[in-house]
Formats: sequence, C-alpha cells, structure tokens
Amino acid sequence: MIDTSTNHAASYRPIGLSVRNGRLAWGETVLLKDFSFDVKPGSWTCLLGESGVGKSTLLRTIAGLIEPTGPTEILDHEGCALRDRVAYMAQQDLLLPWLSAIDNVMLGARLRGEAVDGDHARDILARTGVAERANARPAEMSGGERQRVALARTLMEECPIVLMDEPFSALDAITRTRLQDLAVNLLAHRTVLMVTHDPFEALRLADDVIILRGPVLDHVGSPNMPIVPPGTVPRDPTDPTLRDAHQAIMHALADPTVTEKTV
Amino acid sequence: MSFLRPIIVLGGLLAIWQTAVSAFEIAPFILPGPLSVISVAFERTDIIARHALVTLSEILLGLLFGTLFGSASALVMAYFRGARAWVLPVLVVSQAVPVFALAPVLVLWFGYGMAPKVAMATLIIYFPVTAAFYDGLRRTEVGWIDLARTMGASKAAILYHIRLPAALPAFSSGLRVAAAVAPIGAVVGEWVGSSAGLGYYMLLMNGRVQTAAMFAALFVLALMAVAIYFVIDRILRRLIDWQNELDPAVHD
Repeated sequence: MIDTSTNHAASYRPIGLSVRNGRLAWGETVLLKDFSFDVKPGSWTCLLGESGVGKSTLLRTIAGLIEPTGPTEILDHEGCALRDRVAYMAQQDLLLPWLSAIDNVMLGARLRGEAVDGDHARDILARTGVAERANARPAEMSGGERQRVALARTLMEECPIVLMDEPFSALDAITRTRLQDLAVNLLAHRTVLMVTHDPFEALRLADDVIILRGPVLDHVGSPNMPIVPPGTVPRDPTDPTLRDAHQAIMHALADPTVTEKTV
Repeated sequence: MSFLRPIIVLGGLLAIWQTAVSAFEIAPFILPGPLSVISVAFERTDIIARHALVTLSEILLGLLFGTLFGSASALVMAYFRGARAWVLPVLVVSQAVPVFALAPVLVLWFGYGMAPKVAMATLIIYFPVTAAFYDGLRRTEVGWIDLARTMGASKAAILYHIRLPAALPAFSSGLRVAAAVAPIGAVVGEWVGSSAGLGYYMLLMNGRVQTAAMFAALFVLALMAVAIYFVIDRILRRLIDWQNELDPAVHD
C-alpha cells in the first residue's frame, strides 16, 4: 500500500498557486481588495479568518465556481490557468445518498464519462481506513466515516491542488484530530489550501498561514504576527511551541490594531 | 398483524353494512347489502371485467402520457429560464380550467372512444407530476452541483447523475398523487359520453335501477385504483430505496 501511494505522489509534479490583484466582493460590498498571495508547490496553507470575512468565497473563486471579481488573477506558480487541476472538499461530505461509498469515490470519473477504476477506488478507501464500508450507503455511516469517504473521493481526483473548506469542522474533537493526521499523510506532495476558522487547526497542519481580515490580508510571520512553529506537520498538539503560537495568534486576531500597524 | 388490520377493518365495515341493510329493511335499489353486491359481481364477472379493462387502459395510458408530458415540462422549465415563462401559464391554465368542464369538449373533439378519457386522465395527472418534479429539480443540493463542476462534469452529466436522482423523491410524490387521481379523469370522461368502461356501466345500471350491479362496478373501480397506487408505490420505493434510509421514522 505504501508503494502505491509513492507511485501516485510521483505521478504528477506539485504545482503552486498564485493569486494576484485579488478582489473579493459580495454583491456590492467589497470584502477584500488589492491582495496577492502565493501557495508554494506541495505545501499546506491555511486561510484563517472570522465567519463572513470571505474565506469560502475566495476558495470557491479559486475552485472556479465563482467568476473572479475585477482584476483578480488566479494562476499556478508558472503563470498558467488552473483549470481541471483542482479538487474541492467542503465542510459537508456532499456524498450522494443513493450511491454506495465506493460509487461516491468514483463519482468524478462517472461524471466525466471516463472508465471507472474500482480497484483503485477500493485501494484509496483502504488508505482512508474505510475499506469495509465500500458498499455502505452514506446514511449507514458515521460522520467520521462519511468524511473519510469524502477524503477518498478527493484523493481519487488525482489533482495536484486540493482546496478544502473547513472539512473537519463538523466532527468531534477526536475524530477531527484523526482525520487531520490522515489528510496530512495522504495529501503529502499535493498543494493544499484549506479554509478554517480554528487557529489551532491552522497551526497544527499548515506550512503557511494567511489571515483574511478585510480590507487587507496578513501573512503570518509579518512583523506583528506570530510565526508558524517549525517542524513537520501534523504537529503534536501538546507541543508547547504550538501552544505559544496559538496564544499569539489569538491575541493578534482579537486585537484590531495589529492589522492597522501592518498596513 | 399489519397485514390483517385492513382486512379486519374492511370485514367489520361490511358486517355493519349488511346488518344495517337487514335491520332497517332498506330497499335494495337504494342500498343493496354487500352479499347481494358480491353475488351480482360473480354473476356478471365477464361483463364487468370487459368494462374494467377499458377503464384500466384509459387510466394507465393517462398515467403514461401525463407523466411523460409532465416530466418533459418540468425538465424544460428547470433548464431553460426563458421557457419557464412560457410553460408556467400553460401549467396554471391546465389547472385553472376544471377538467370536468372540459370533458364535454374533449368528447366532442375526440369522439366516444378511449381518446377523450385518456386525455382527461392525462390532464388531471399533468399538474401534480410537473409541479412536483420541477420542485425536485430546482432544489438540488447546491454543494453537489458545485462538487460536480469542480470535477469537470458537463451539464448533461450533472442532470443525469445528480439532479435527476436527487429529484426522484419529489417526482415520486407527484406520481403518487397522480396515481390516486387518474381514475377520476377516466370515469368522468366515461360519464360524459362513452359506450364502454366502468363509468359507463355504472350509469347504465343506475338508469336500470340495478343498484347492486352499480355497486359491484364501483368496488371493482376502487380495487383497481388501490392496486394501481400500490404497484406504483412499490416500484417507486424500490427505485429510491435510499430515501427510506434518510428518514429515521421509516423502519418497518
């Protein structure tokens, strides 16, 4: 099983993500303007911010579900358009209730009219730890199992960029930690941009954290922002440096003047 | 027990009916007892079966056409924004004009045969099917469609793999209503003008004061309506077995 995962990791080159001249609007209201950021190839980046700040809108724009507003450019690290290289995972598992777990995993191929690879799908279900649930319908599964199947479906897409919109926020704390670890392992070598409102989750998983707070955007690590602790992800939740970073980021989030100074 | 319950209820009602007829000495041309109705039904099995077959065909054809037209209209409305403005008035008018008032016109146009009855049944079915299916198509979970779009799915693939199956529960409630009202269309058509069918036979027997035969035809009609509903319900349940899993209240 380890062999297959290495093979898949090697089957594509990691690509980066670059947003230039960004503008986010909700109707007439401009949420965020003149922002740019890069996501390094093969890295895990978290977008952090309060609800309603436009995190999901930004992610959906990058996913190609919303037309970019005004001058916004969304490119890979070489300046090419992203099309068809992005997989999307939402907060809800979005499993189709009439399909079994394995059929849900193979949904993408079916929708594109491609041949479905049942063995590969089974293998991915095994890697996400729900092999024995392959023929179960979503209604028969627990929330954790369903999100594991959703993760398997995301992996099955074989896209070098994975966008995640709070994929673990509806889970209980223990299941959430397990799924975070699993996602980090299985999505290694892929470029991940994950939206979250949980600073601790961001610090535990991310190589880079970006804080969305209208009308500007902060990179963690800028002069007034705490930096992401060193070490490989997923970081140990009991690690004191992680706790310190968490405390610092909470202070920064609660204190509006920090942003003012950065501008 | 759940199987016996309707039989007990039905048997009880028949017993009360028979007792009432005997006790109050009701004239048989006003209300015949269930025993005489049953005996007439057995005496005239052939003739009643022949008329029943006509009515059954009308109902089934009406269901078929009504479902086809209804589904087509719902799809057109769901997929073509411009078309909605054109189809919606037709839908509303098809309901605003009482089907009963249309019956004589339909008989005038299509003659005394099966065609006007099928048209009546189709008209009566068209609205519940269209309305329910359209509603189902419109309410597809947005997240599913988003997911499919990020997977590079075409509009047709999204329709076939996601929106159609997602709309099936709504469609099936429309079809259940349709199955229940379809016999009305057929029988009203037969009353207005025909030479065959259970509706025709009932009118004929009414005119000849053969009330027991009328009741026999009525029972066959009711039995047929229940059977059609039951069969359609079974098919739909099998087709969308996943819906029962979603509803925790349904656990037989």
